Amino acid sequence: MTDPKFETLAVHAGAAPDPTTGARVTPIYQTASYVFDDADHAAELFNLQAFGNIYSRLTNPTNAVLEERVATLEGGATALAVASGHAAQMIAFHTLMEPGDEFLASTRLYGGSITQFSQSFKKFNWNAIFVDPADPNNFKEALTPKCKAIFIESLANPGGVVTDIAAIAEIAHEAGIPLIVDNTLASPYLCRPIEWGADIVLHSATKFLGGHGNSVGGIIVDSGKFDWSASDKFPTLSEPNPSYHGMKFHETFGELAFGIACRALGLRDLGPALSPFNAFMIITGIETLALRMKAHCENALKVADFLQNHEKVSWVSYAGLKDDAYHSLAQKYTGGAGGAVMTFGIKGGYDAGIKMVENVNLFSHLANIGDTRSLIIHPASTTHRQLNEEQQIAAGAGPDVIRLSIGIENADDIIADLDQALMQS
Amino acid sequence: MDHSSYTDEYLTNILEEVKTIAVVGASDNPSRPSNFVMRYMKRKGYRILPVNPGKAGQEFLGETFYASLSDIDVPVDMVDCFRNSEAVASIVPEAVAINAKVLWMQLGVFNETAAETAESAGLKVVMNRCPKIEFGRLSGEIAYMGGRSKIISSKRNKLLGKR
Repeated sequence: MTDPKFETLAVHAGAAPDPTTGARVTPIYQTASYVFDDADHAAELFNLQAFGNIYSRLTNPTNAVLEERVATLEGGATALAVASGHAAQMIAFHTLMEPGDEFLASTRLYGGSITQFSQSFKKFNWNAIFVDPADPNNFKEALTPKCKAIFIESLANPGGVVTDIAAIAEIAHEAGIPLIVDNTLASPYLCRPIEWGADIVLHSATKFLGGHGNSVGGIIVDSGKFDWSASDKFPTLSEPNPSYHGMKFHETFGELAFGIACRALGLRDLGPALSPFNAFMIITGIETLALRMKAHCENALKVADFLQNHEKVSWVSYAGLKDDAYHSLAQKYTGGAGGAVMTFGIKGGYDAGIKMVENVNLFSHLANIGDTRSLIIHPASTTHRQLNEEQQIAAGAGPDVIRLSIGIENADDIIADLDQALMQS
Repeated sequence: MDHSSYTDEYLTNILEEVKTIAVVGASDNPSRPSNFVMRYMKRKGYRILPVNPGKAGQEFLGETFYASLSDIDVPVDMVDCFRNSEAVASIVPEAVAINAKVLWMQLGVFNETAAETAESAGLKVVMNRCPKIEFGRLSGEIAYMGGRSKIISSKRNKLLGKR
């Protein structure tokens, strides 16, 4: 069929009927391994000369459907599904970085990413340089000869910040390096970073893709457009690989090179494979992505309006609000939508924040976003409690900050729960 | 014809019609792209005829290296070019002389003039593509490795091999 639209692709991409059984819904291929036709076939699979399955750490037919589904929705050439969003980041950087290399990362990131980049990546001698994304030129000024990538979030978490993808992509490309965008909060329904010049898109599929808070997973999408052989910056892709008899990934696989290298090197050796059961849950979730994102955004805008006018609320940060500082960027990148996640300041600071999360009845007090259920957290007492107050404020997680992830329940019920909790706090 | 893109139908017809593929610039080095393509297409049921004057007479994948296309003593349906873009010009007259039906240029190989000459002699032409990747894509196999089959269908897939 010609040029199917987003909603159609979200249901069908990657999931033609099972060729062997005719099963219409993607089967869960709950198997660790796959038989070889003969010894030559085994050798060809191990050499990457054949497309096929060896072992479910590397490939699995259920995971393959998830991969094609997300690659299609993001407009990429390849995708690789892995065990979590953090695993996606580790594998993507493993393909790009050599020990001693550097990369630029936005300061406006999920707290877990900041910790992964600033603490665990150091053990690999991969060095993150953090940059305030408010002015894209800050990235240009921070570039070093050892920089191998720029990393940003499209819609940033904690809520309310939209990053200027196209401007930063241009800076990355002038420097001969790829732009990596974590598109978890926007989802491809609101924003497709590859259309704005991004080279690699990552997701915590646990959030809006899966959408039901029931399965942890991550995914790496590559646009297939970056020229890995244009410089000597990316030897993993451009130079002969000793573990594949001197084969060069970019020369051999063209636009598939980054995706196959992430799988055949990073996933092979570091090991964070996604369970096919989780892949099945996430595939099922994606079928309703468009419906859910519409509902999330409509509800969240109503909630943000309500909070703006509430006597116990000092400020609201949500790019969907017309007077928000990031609304013009949201109009460019997300059609003006703000997504499901927002932050607000509660009058009464830290103590009022603690009371608020304890007084809700419909909202769930937990550390996650992108669930059908409405979620609430007080970052200063939970996700950001290891930081001092100054660091908390810099990360957008000061003592008065409450983060909400608005679900798809009835907006009146969501607002009523927030109102009663605020009045008691 | 316009060689900036091909319909799935055009490529499927080629891959369904051809049975023998002569590979010009074939390498017996297992890390070279031509080696990947020959092994894959052979397993999918195509007869692969390697052409490389430097290797003529040597055995490879159950066949013998030929010095040139005109030395091949069986009908050749498709000529797959693992040579630089300029070298394709000299391959076309030979491909026409042996009655090949398809001239295929690998990823990164473009030659519009050679394509026009081949087309005017009745050959179908594909350029800047890899038959392994296209077969893998059209059969859905490429999705095993994270690529996109781009198939949106409620029917079972049929192109799964020549065997």
